[in-house]
Amino acid sequence: MDKNSNAYTFLFAIIMVVIVAAALAFTATSLKPLQAENVRKEKMQSIISTIGVEASRDESAAKFDEFIKQQLSLKPDGTVDETVNAFTLDLAKETKKSNDQQRFPMYVAEKEGKTYYVIPLFGSGLWDAIWGYIALDGDKNTIIGASFDHKGETPGLGADINQSWYEDQYIGKTIFNEKGDFVSVKAIKGGAPLGDKHGVDAISGGTITSDGVNDMVEERLKNYIPYLKNN
Amino acid sequence: MSEEKEALFSKNNRALLTDPLSDNNPITVQVLGICSALAITVQLKPAIVMSIAVLFVLVFSNLIVSLLRNMIPSRIRIIVQLLVVASLVILVDQVLKAYAYDVSKELSVFVGLIITNCIIMGRLEAFALANGPWKSVLDGIGNAAGYGFILIVVAFFRELLGSGKLLGYEILGHKGKTIAESTGLYQLGYENNGFMLLSPMALITVGIIIWVHRSKNRKLIEN
Repeated sequence: MDKNSNAYTFLFAIIMVVIVAAALAFTATSLKPLQAENVRKEKMQSIISTIGVEASRDESAAKFDEFIKQQLSLKPDGTVDETVNAFTLDLAKETKKSNDQQRFPMYVAEKEGKTYYVIPLFGSGLWDAIWGYIALDGDKNTIIGASFDHKGETPGLGADINQSWYEDQYIGKTIFNEKGDFVSVKAIKGGAPLGDKHGVDAISGGTITSDGVNDMVEERLKNYIPYLKNN
Repeated sequence: MSEEKEALFSKNNRALLTDPLSDNNPITVQVLGICSALAITVQLKPAIVMSIAVLFVLVFSNLIVSLLRNMIPSRIRIIVQLLVVASLVILVDQVLKAYAYDVSKELSVFVGLIITNCIIMGRLEAFALANGPWKSVLDGIGNAAGYGFILIVVAFFRELLGSGKLLGYEILGHKGKTIAESTGLYQLGYENNGFMLLSPMALITVGIIIWVHRSKNRKLIEN
């Protein structure tokens, strides 16, 4: 067959693509369980890190069972929906539903006799999804830990939301003001004033990611107000 | 097709391995692959993993393209090369996600960017399409090693001077909140150079390496 003919070129391209596609599909499928396990362990690790429990990825499952006492799926009115497993709730899918259709996962943790409430977050940054966890103290107002992560924010700029210097700023901030109204915690461009109870420093050069974090924290937390106020 | 019988490690073949380390280094002489050299050399560990990933991708893409070189229609050869490189990169990415999850998170987008590393397409186009599989493999190892070597040297200086660590270990002592809480060099008032962590310093470090390289290796100096 003439190597420069159109027929040969097409045939070569088709065979090549089919072989490559089959090889990649096979690898992806066979590695999937291992990858899913990594993601699951990392989720447990992130959740318990917000209440100050540091665990390696391998210990995370045991530590998770030790400290997390309840996994709740909340209805919009703050009552518990027993039929839904909170851990497997996919926030990417939940946030696409209308607010009254959603279930809001929450983890109740106990550490050294104190109760903490861990709220999962999900939103969008500049390029792709961002997510995280915020742990509230027993007063259901003060943040005692935050953990953020992202799929593909700009390295060195927005991607820094998963660095401890950014996350640790949230510790000690409050989500309700003195009157008891919900105000959330905002990352402020140019830096939060000293002593601001509801503001942290935004990331220079990562404005859209910082705004994404703000929107995510506010939009997610406000769904938990009925539960936080009534329990 | 007639190829002369040649010993596996004849002088020519050895040159394929050693040339890219110095005389024909992809970074310092050909100035290719600079993008990733800037991006992932803040710490030693990602630089090492990146070097291994590039080694894998370059060796196998060189081998595959070399095996197919008499079958690839020349009109779509670039697309075929891209296909080979891209699928190898996806393979690396998937394996890292399953077996080295932390590293894969650290490298994040840069694994995908191996595809755009000019060294790889450059070697495929310039070497693998015209040479046999064994020579192509040697060429791949040589060039990846030349690339990785510079990457690791740059990362060594950036991590050491920028954060006082190597592979995450505190080499220069521990930096506490005050001088009294610090140990090692930090007790004497030493400070890390934060500038080393930023991309411009990678470029300057590569520049210094090129300077040193050329002053040692006079035949690289252009008139």
